[in-house]
Amino acid sequence: MRARLQNSVWGVVAWIAGIIFVFPVIWMVLTSFKQEADAATNPPSWFFAPTLAQYGQVFDRNITPFLLNSLMASVFSTILVVLLATPAAYALSLRPVAKWSDSLFFFITTKMMPAVAAFLPVYLLVKHLGMLDNVWTMVILYTSMNLPLAVWMMRSFLLEVPREVLEAGEVDGASLITSIRKIILPIVSPGLAATALICFIFAWNEFFLAVNLTATNASTSPIFLVGFISSEGAFLARLCAAATIVSLPVLIAGWVAQNKLVRGLSMGAVK
Amino acid sequence: MPRKLAMATAAAAAGVLLVTAGCSGAGSTGGGSGDSADNTITALMVGNPQMEDIQKLTADNFTKQTGITVKFTILPENELRDKVTQDVANQGGQYDVATVGAYEVPIWAKNGWLHEVSTQAQADSAYDVNDLIKPMVSSLSGEDGKMYAAPFYGESSFLMYNKELFEAKGITMPEKPTWAQVAEYAAKLDDKSKGISGICLRGLPGWGELFAPLTTVVNTYGGTWFDKDWNAQVNSPEFKAATDFYVNLLKQHGQPGAPQSGFTECLNTFGQGKAAMWYDATSAAGTLEDPNASKVAGKVGYAYAPVNKTEYSGWLWTWAWAMPKTTKKADAAWKFISWATSKDYEKLVGEKLGWSRVPSGKRTSTYSIPEYKESAKAFADVTLGSIEHADPTNPGVQPRPALGVQFVGIPEFADLGTKVSQEVSAAIAGSNTVDKALADGQKQAEDVAKKYK
Repeated sequence: MRARLQNSVWGVVAWIAGIIFVFPVIWMVLTSFKQEADAATNPPSWFFAPTLAQYGQVFDRNITPFLLNSLMASVFSTILVVLLATPAAYALSLRPVAKWSDSLFFFITTKMMPAVAAFLPVYLLVKHLGMLDNVWTMVILYTSMNLPLAVWMMRSFLLEVPREVLEAGEVDGASLITSIRKIILPIVSPGLAATALICFIFAWNEFFLAVNLTATNASTSPIFLVGFISSEGAFLARLCAAATIVSLPVLIAGWVAQNKLVRGLSMGAVK
Repeated sequence: MPRKLAMATAAAAAGVLLVTAGCSGAGSTGGGSGDSADNTITALMVGNPQMEDIQKLTADNFTKQTGITVKFTILPENELRDKVTQDVANQGGQYDVATVGAYEVPIWAKNGWLHEVSTQAQADSAYDVNDLIKPMVSSLSGEDGKMYAAPFYGESSFLMYNKELFEAKGITMPEKPTWAQVAEYAAKLDDKSKGISGICLRGLPGWGELFAPLTTVVNTYGGTWFDKDWNAQVNSPEFKAATDFYVNLLKQHGQPGAPQSGFTECLNTFGQGKAAMWYDATSAAGTLEDPNASKVAGKVGYAYAPVNKTEYSGWLWTWAWAMPKTTKKADAAWKFISWATSKDYEKLVGEKLGWSRVPSGKRTSTYSIPEYKESAKAFADVTLGSIEHADPTNPGVQPRPALGVQFVGIPEFADLGTKVSQEVSAAIAGSNTVDKALADGQKQAEDVAKKYK
């Protein structure tokens, strides 16, 4: 009886915490169905005649190229990151190279400098290479932006692979490829999914590099979003509609990876 | 089960890849900056309603007539400013046309960043350059007297008031009120119990936010940022009297959250019927009269900007189309600019999208189009009068060293105005005093002035 009561109390707490976190998102979605005049009321209105007018206006501005650019930049950079980070993490954990801790530290130092500090050389380089306003520039930059983080994450996941299992495999004559396929990958696949998802989200949401390096052809969806902020006229409801559309792909990616994710994200934590 | 999920994930990923591979062929991955061979120009603009309209109308009209495709990018004002600066300074050449505000045009012209447009405008008789309202032309001209951008739409500032609230109290708003009258009305109409403020004014820090209306108050109180010889005048009695008046009015009868209110917040407050008066841009009228975006449509009265020592006090602002020097397609760019700022374009907007959405405030002829006059009858005359009487060369009671009504046309002003506005905004919030704000402002203004003396 007592245990049950305790359980339901925790349940209520969890629900409240969940609602607090989701509330801004619900608010955004609700506002996106309002007219501009209703969106600005104070105190806010809960009851209103829903309209799709704002979504119509968002599509009037032709959101598709921006979404496609974001998708390309995020998907390709995530694939590259995973392909590069996993072997690197392997060499820093299961088969550590000489001075592996120095390398690991070097990786993370690249995240310590603010992006804006390194930006001018990057801009000039990109400009002289004739790569301004090009999606592939964003793919490369997002890959390098996420790589250190992915190496660190993958390393902690790989450390979870029990030595004994690996050694047992070797005793049974498993080659490196077989060990990777039959032992390592199944164990770290939740971690792999978590890493990929986080890289995808970071690339999808990135604004600073995108706003400075793209112009008309390669602009990503965050650039599309801020275009609704205007110094003249009301824009809250339309901005919310655009933001709702832009957050959908991330939501879908998260939903697809959900099962793996819960395990993956808590993997390092329960060591 | 995990295997099934993995398969599904892989299938989804493959699908995504196919889609993206398909689109990469469709030209979404441009190689380098712009396609110089074909007939495409790139335009960078702010996301104001008039710019959205031109984006909708270009393909079916401009492109059909000329064969020139226009690719638009929309960014907020600050990002746009950074981008154009970056692009021109580094010779990036990513944009052929851009919307530039009245503050930057003369400065950028002086830096050699913009292409002059006077030659092309005068050569084109159909363009009728003499129809452009004079203060607009002078605010977009460089020191050589040439125009460096063509006005897309213009605005001044005026006083908007809620007619229902005024009638309920039996108050009649004069056509040209004084600030003393406005303060008196604000006191009478302030009704905290109903959540209605006497007046709404900008208090948000920023040279283009708080200091746009406040500088016009300073002007009409006889103050100025700098005198003709670049002596800073920020702590002068006139500047102080104006700032004291503005801050006290806002503290006593202003809207809640005044230190965080900019144009957008005031538009919402007044548009929701929560303020009796609002002194701001004439361009607000279009949104206020739109029943979908405002609850006071049809109930708003318009009067000239309140004055004290001067006859008029409205500011002058325009969004104008300019060509960065780095464009390689000046001819196509001018074709677009001249179309966007022509009489025909105004007619097109009126007929296709509605007359209230015409980009007005730049051509005298706009105000004699019957359909436009009808749709904007509540505010058209006051708007035109305010623009025509705004004088960017001499907006106050003394000669000025640089162009600008609600700003000083030097590159340092954005920073100076913003810094001083932060302290004035703090005074509105009650955590600072006007005296201290202006004493600090005087020092900063003196530093700026050193460069010009």
